[in-house]
Amino acid sequence: MTTVSMTVNGKAVSSDVEDRTLLVDFIREQLRLTGTHVGCDTSQCGACVVHVNGTAMKSCTMLAVSANDADITTIEGVANDDLHPMQKAFNDNHGLQCGFCTPGMIMSGIDMVNRYKAEGKKLDETAIRHELEGNICRCTGYHNIVKSISQAAGEM
Amino acid sequence: MHNTTYHKARNAADAASLLSGAEDGTLLAGGQTLIPTMKARLAAPTDLVDVSGASDMRGIIVSGNRVTIGAATTHAEVAGSSEIRAVCPSICDLAANIGDPAVRNRGTIGGSVANNDPAADYPAAMLALGATIQTNTREIAADEFFTGMFDTALDEGEIITGVSFTAPAKGAYAKFPNPASRYAMCGVFVASGDAGTRVAITGAGSDGVFRATDMEAALNSNFSASALDGLSVDAANMLSDIHGDSAYRANLVKVMAKRAVTGAG
Amino acid sequence: MSSEGIGAPVKRKEDKRFTTGKGKYTDDIRMENQAYAAFVRSPHAHAKVKGINTSVAEAMDGVIAVLNGAELTGDGIGNIICGWAISSKDGSPMNMGAWPAMASETVRYTGDAVAVVVAETKAQARAAAEAVDVDYEELPVAANIEAALASNAPQIHENAPGNVIYDWEIGEKDATDAALAGAAHITEMDITNNRLAPNAMEARAAIATFDESDDHYTLYTTSQNPHVARLVLSAFYAVAPENKLRVIAPDVGGGFGSKIYIYPEEIVCLWASMKTKRSIKWTSDRSEAFLTDAHGRDHITKAKMGFDANGKIVGFKVATKANFGAYMSLFSSAVPTYLYATLLSGTYNIPNIYCEVLAVYSNTNPVDAYRGAGRPEASYVVERMIETAAREMGKDPAELRRENFVREFPHQTPVIMNYDSGDFEGNLNQAMTAADWSGFPARKAEAAARGKMRGIGMACYIEACGIAPSAAVGSLGAGVGLWESAEVRVNPVGTIEVLTGSHSHGQGHETTFAQVVAERFGVPLDSINIVHGDTDKVQFGMGTYGSRSGPVGLSAIVKACDKVEVKVRKIAAHLLECNEDELTIGDSQVKVEGTNKALGWHEVGLAAYTAHNLPADMEPGLKEGAFYDPENFTFPMGCFIAEVEVDPDTGVTEIIKFVASDDFGVIINPMIVEGQVHGGIAQGIGQAMFEEVVYDDNGQQLSGSYMDYTMPRADDLPSFVVEHHNTRCTTNPLGIKGCGEAGAIGTPPAIINAITNAIGDNNLSMPATPSKVWALIQSSGAKIAAE
Repeated sequence: MTTVSMTVNGKAVSSDVEDRTLLVDFIREQLRLTGTHVGCDTSQCGACVVHVNGTAMKSCTMLAVSANDADITTIEGVANDDLHPMQKAFNDNHGLQCGFCTPGMIMSGIDMVNRYKAEGKKLDETAIRHELEGNICRCTGYHNIVKSISQAAGEM
Repeated sequence: MHNTTYHKARNAADAASLLSGAEDGTLLAGGQTLIPTMKARLAAPTDLVDVSGASDMRGIIVSGNRVTIGAATTHAEVAGSSEIRAVCPSICDLAANIGDPAVRNRGTIGGSVANNDPAADYPAAMLALGATIQTNTREIAADEFFTGMFDTALDEGEIITGVSFTAPAKGAYAKFPNPASRYAMCGVFVASGDAGTRVAITGAGSDGVFRATDMEAALNSNFSASALDGLSVDAANMLSDIHGDSAYRANLVKVMAKRAVTGAG
Repeated sequence: MSSEGIGAPVKRKEDKRFTTGKGKYTDDIRMENQAYAAFVRSPHAHAKVKGINTSVAEAMDGVIAVLNGAELTGDGIGNIICGWAISSKDGSPMNMGAWPAMASETVRYTGDAVAVVVAETKAQARAAAEAVDVDYEELPVAANIEAALASNAPQIHENAPGNVIYDWEIGEKDATDAALAGAAHITEMDITNNRLAPNAMEARAAIATFDESDDHYTLYTTSQNPHVARLVLSAFYAVAPENKLRVIAPDVGGGFGSKIYIYPEEIVCLWASMKTKRSIKWTSDRSEAFLTDAHGRDHITKAKMGFDANGKIVGFKVATKANFGAYMSLFSSAVPTYLYATLLSGTYNIPNIYCEVLAVYSNTNPVDAYRGAGRPEASYVVERMIETAAREMGKDPAELRRENFVREFPHQTPVIMNYDSGDFEGNLNQAMTAADWSGFPARKAEAAARGKMRGIGMACYIEACGIAPSAAVGSLGAGVGLWESAEVRVNPVGTIEVLTGSHSHGQGHETTFAQVVAERFGVPLDSINIVHGDTDKVQFGMGTYGSRSGPVGLSAIVKACDKVEVKVRKIAAHLLECNEDELTIGDSQVKVEGTNKALGWHEVGLAAYTAHNLPADMEPGLKEGAFYDPENFTFPMGCFIAEVEVDPDTGVTEIIKFVASDDFGVIINPMIVEGQVHGGIAQGIGQAMFEEVVYDDNGQQLSGSYMDYTMPRADDLPSFVVEHHNTRCTTNPLGIKGCGEAGAIGTPPAIINAITNAIGDNNLSMPATPSKVWALIQSSGAKIAAE
């Protein structure tokens, strides 16, 4: 057991965890923030994507102890009073159906828009599709996810 | 995942000492291969020594055309390094297409090189660039380092601290991703400089990354894609699986090599 | 059209909880005193279980119990059944082998469960499951159809000689043979339909709780049809009587058919919760999902289509072998028969059809309905055949289709189905225009100049949705009726709850169902709540599959609304002192036409519940239920066109453009309908180009994770062009046809027709992976060189 401390969605949290505990299990089971999902066991699907110190990471492929002292944002921490433009864009464009991959899609979407803005690059459809390589959706065929991220990129 | 004990190393020496004190310890860098392997219960180290924050294993130094990359440097950092891009854009492009954005934010060059996955991208770059693998005890030439699928010249407890190489005058990496995993089904790194042309191939060979010396010879006399037209790749030395048989991989080796040469200009 | 009613692209009401991480999926739920189950699964595809030694596991930390199949059957838990009886040609019943939820004597596929460990934590359960020592005696394995039908094949179930479950037929054999004998041209093909894993992104999960104080069970589960789950758990598996079992399907992360069935894990968790007096949670990981979820498709077909000298189809003969896997899953028997062979007429006038289907056991996962279920297989056979025939006869593929289209409705096919409506040529024309079909030769030439092989292909699919008229399916062997139920409750304040037997796991019912009711009563969308997925809340219903929630589920809601309206009119007429037929309902009020006299909608509700002044003999309250039994299937159809470019050096196919023109009848919410089409197309492209479950000869899955099973990703797909040319369905009140499966049904033949057009070789099987396409180009090249 190791004591880990981190900031999750702006709140300081501290807990004893087994060293083998995955960050996603810490978030879901210990913090009971169940919006972060697990859709595979080979780091492919991206349902578990959270932001660690501002960048997207797969919380199923990271130990909670490795995130000691980190600043974590999960899907529950994205909105303030209003929905984040990315969340709103997914609703506007029917970018989700069953909703299971959606938290990871939104976290990856925000990350890619932030990076492209920082680098001054244009996030066109081809770029969005390439950037979504690590997020699998089975419902939407990605068509409306691409539209959603594109809309949010214009609003963020 | 089996239970394990986690240690965070301050630097390479600290990591070496932690590792030597462990019963069956292993280094944890980005963990993008190791953690899925542990989740699948295919690896069960008693101890994990996390080198992602090891101070002397991080960072990028570009001096003239000599590039040194700390082992714990992430793929995203390499992909985004304007210093490296100025002298060796091919390795930035390679890094930018490893895994996916979230994986690139954690996975490291040292982890990739140490694991020597036969479908990993970096080993091809190291071999083609004639890189030097720096460890906590010595320097190893890439030609001696990669000794077969998942096998390297590293001794028990030896830790990669960084890699260095001279940026080639021309270089490019052409990757054909496995449709499912997106690892390389065939990746060809071509580097051409004062010392001649080196061609290294990952993903396709039945014993991991290898140099295509016949291609190198052909390109040394004529650095153009057409110089490879007359060569044939022996399917007997290629991997075969549900995604493609050895004949297909042999074809990919040639096609990707030509594309890499064209990309290198 | 109002901004919220039928036809409006209303944004989904359910999205807020999903986009903010507040969805509640089964694994998100935690019960008090919850323990975890981990299954001990066979590593062999076929073996005798000689012994199970649990002593080490039982002594491990946190282990509460280790339970096995003998104990399960000893407690009277029944075997898993297939609910649709199919008879062979000779009238004999299908040969259904026993499927215990945990095997005690024989394991028949890798992943077959033999024991379960219940422990305090998930990790402890898994560690102990690994420590259970099972002594297996390996048996020979039949891992595919050919191996299962070989003369020396192992016998998988004693009561299925030669591993044949049934040998079924439909249509007129002699007439079809005669028609083919007289045909001017015959096209013959061997066609394989590849085996797929459904891969809903939420893997299956269950939490079972037994309340000792009143012998009551609660099951949270990832189900598309919680009432059906309760019915079979109760009636066939004898877990508990229905009144002592509550099944809740909360938010469910996709189904695509795979969550229709009641699997061993739900049965075992319920039973184990009684044995251990603990709530028991089981959550599949992706690897376990590949090993245990029902797969889809897996057909081998020989087909023969005959044409007269004018290009009219005269006869169609089909022989299909269908792989059922190791056990007969819940609806497995219906898929390659009544959901497949009945669609072999396609969109065409075919006077003579005969189809025989051999259902075969093998040492693989059970196979059952997956998005489309039988209809993608039929569409693939029909549309590959007609395309190939056009190529062989030197005819334009669109023209050959036009010449054979059904043009008059209703149209009775030779294989049961009676098409009610459609304008097949209208969809063809719309798709060809959107695809700029006539501009293709120029684009092909331009691509050739770049060294690329460009191809175009179409498919005119038809399918049968709105499953299904109960008496009809009953006569065909179904063990259940396939009606749907609804209850519409108008509350005293005028807000409305709609209880539906349909289940939404991505389809957006909370929005579309509310749209229909909002339009019907002229009340705000936000005043309507859709309630589903809980057997304690909702009356018995049949659930969501077969694109039935619109045509059947909504029809039940309409029927309940009809009854509510009758009562509303009576109450309002009484209070407003007018005749019922003078009233109009809308704008949140009930109004006397042409006057200022009106009651607010909420006032009617209040009047119904205060009951101070109701018409004589009227019961208080405003709540009506209805069961809707469809009078026919519905027949969505459409034309899909794919344009592709193949890189001859690598065999990589890029989809340049994909056009869909569908006829879905009346559309409630075009945004949601288009989303359904997008997803279906993606799964169809997945089948055509990427996905395949592969077993080796020992029955080991070689494609058991996303490292090897190719899920379509964003950069594999283009944006789609989705258009509609709709004709109203004539057999249900809203005129809806259903849209959930169309994409998966029409897409595979369009893609393969396009790729084979590009490479000039028709001998391509799905999935058209780069290596396969490249090899075909090589062999064609060799042939050309030899000529």
